[in-house]
Amino acid sequence: MQNPYLPYPVRIDEIVTETEDKNLKTFKFVFINPKDEKKFSYKAGQFAELSVAGKGEIPIGIASSPTEKGFVKFTVNKMGLVTTHLHAMKKGDIIGIRGPLGNYYPWETLKGKNIVIVGGGFAFTTLRSSIIYMLEPSNRDKFKDINVVYGARVPGMLLYKDELSAWEKRDDINMHITVDATDDPNWKYNIGFVPTIVGEKLPEGNKDTYAVVCGPPAMIKFTQPVLDKLGYSHDNIIMSLENKMKCGIGMCGRCNIGEKFVCKDGPVFTLSQLNKMPKEY
Amino acid sequence: MKLVSINKEDFYAGAEKLYNSYKLYIPVKQEDNSYAFKNSDKIDINNLTFLNTRLSPKSLVFPQTEKMFSYTTDTNSEDCNIIKPINKENLKQAILGIRPCDSASFGIVEKNFDTEEYKDPFWINSYKATTFIGLACDNPDSTCFCTTANSGPFDEKGLDILLITSGDSFIGKILTKKGEEAAKIAGWTTEAPADSVSAIEKQKKEAESKISSSISTDKIKDKDTLELYNASFWEEEAFACINCGTCAYVCPTCWCFDIQDEISDKKGIRMRNWDSCMFPLFTLHGSGHNPRDLKYQRARQRFMHKLKYYQDKYQSGIQCVGCGRCIRLCPVNIDIRRICDIMNS
Repeated sequence: MQNPYLPYPVRIDEIVTETEDKNLKTFKFVFINPKDEKKFSYKAGQFAELSVAGKGEIPIGIASSPTEKGFVKFTVNKMGLVTTHLHAMKKGDIIGIRGPLGNYYPWETLKGKNIVIVGGGFAFTTLRSSIIYMLEPSNRDKFKDINVVYGARVPGMLLYKDELSAWEKRDDINMHITVDATDDPNWKYNIGFVPTIVGEKLPEGNKDTYAVVCGPPAMIKFTQPVLDKLGYSHDNIIMSLENKMKCGIGMCGRCNIGEKFVCKDGPVFTLSQLNKMPKEY
Repeated sequence: MKLVSINKEDFYAGAEKLYNSYKLYIPVKQEDNSYAFKNSDKIDINNLTFLNTRLSPKSLVFPQTEKMFSYTTDTNSEDCNIIKPINKENLKQAILGIRPCDSASFGIVEKNFDTEEYKDPFWINSYKATTFIGLACDNPDSTCFCTTANSGPFDEKGLDILLITSGDSFIGKILTKKGEEAAKIAGWTTEAPADSVSAIEKQKKEAESKISSSISTDKIKDKDTLELYNASFWEEEAFACINCGTCAYVCPTCWCFDIQDEISDKKGIRMRNWDSCMFPLFTLHGSGHNPRDLKYQRARQRFMHKLKYYQDKYQSGIQCVGCGRCIRLCPVNIDIRRICDIMNS
């Protein structure tokens, strides 16, 4: 019987500080036992438990794409005991990862569709995974137009800046990067809250267009009416939730929303599904 | 299925033999006159009229605290920070004198720990290594409502042997292979007289007729989750609740747990401990946001889980066996039967 609580040992291969407040770091992990990488076969939208000996575990979305081989990446916000400890770790240190856990964005359904990605703040991680996945040359033809609205408070708080500017230059993805405010005279992208940019830049909803939305509660709250106005049906709005988790496999009991567990039945739900569930997230 | 007669001497001798072959747990009277399962063979027939143990026997399969893994954080060690399994042998154990409601509870909990996608090896291995020798109830309490909650005083679910009191001896119903093995070890092999079947049936009916309280859950299943969740009665019904968690702690079908690391002198263990949806920390996010911030929300979660979500998730009965412990031990007299009635009306 495989023990689903036992993490795979991984080595920190690279640490990138993403944001100007230094609160967000991207960790690149390499599996110590190469065959564990195969067992950790994942899809964009899934998460894993990062496991630090002596401190505990935290559920974090997988930021790397299944098309990127040889490593996995996670962007971690410094918040509590485990993440603070992780932020103090160095290249070469060993931690554990347990997963992949949860469901993923509905890639079968999304095939042949227009994809709209709406992200805010540091919830952009599994959206990065999704973009890299869709832009992979062997995958790009599977999707029609790709539009991305990604916002942060200020330019210095945007994640993955090099990749954002590379995507900006491509003609097979429409990037709409925005910040709430900036005094940078050289800022060449949008200024405005995510919901505003969504209303201005995104195509109207139809049965062949799906919106994948991931961000802080305030962004989600104010984006939804805009998507409604654009004609997106709630079946075509896909969201990724978070809740306090421990086991990650639907057993410890704390992350439930009604009969569903965010860790096992989620974290990805359509808005139609969420409309029928208690608002316990 | 086989019926055996076990007289007083056979019973005592059997307990001793079981003790030598299994890690044997029996109900033992405590100083405060309550009962608890203890590893012993000193069983006293005169004590077997006990209603039930104060705590459910769930801890024998699902300990209140359980080591999962160990590791070292010593940077001089090759294995620094690598989390490793603890080689734990699951010794064969037997619970003698478990009440039918409690043994039925394991089947309900099994649905959580043994799933298609994931198997919890700690719970499953321990459960498989356990033999359940039950004791039918002849004198249920006014708080017992097992007959309308997945069980009954002579219920056989989850049992390997059911013992039925017959004067100062017993009739043993051997129900499974595990039961056969235990009966053989105990030397309980004397075939019971032919009229035992009808005698047991009569005794069972009598015991069932003594269960004076019942619940109805049929309508809850068909009700809309959001309608029940948003119902106006929760705040009032949970008003007295102090979120002490006693109900979850004593409940045979509450399984929620926490995972914690503990480290001393660079040697660490990861363990799991019982937890409860009654506690605010259970769901508190790192950001400070808590989706079940208010105490009535937490009480609602417990009842909704047991009576509604569980039914919907597994398309089965409720997550309760009617043992009545939460009713007897709740410090503010919250009664699951009342909540159930309100939810079902």
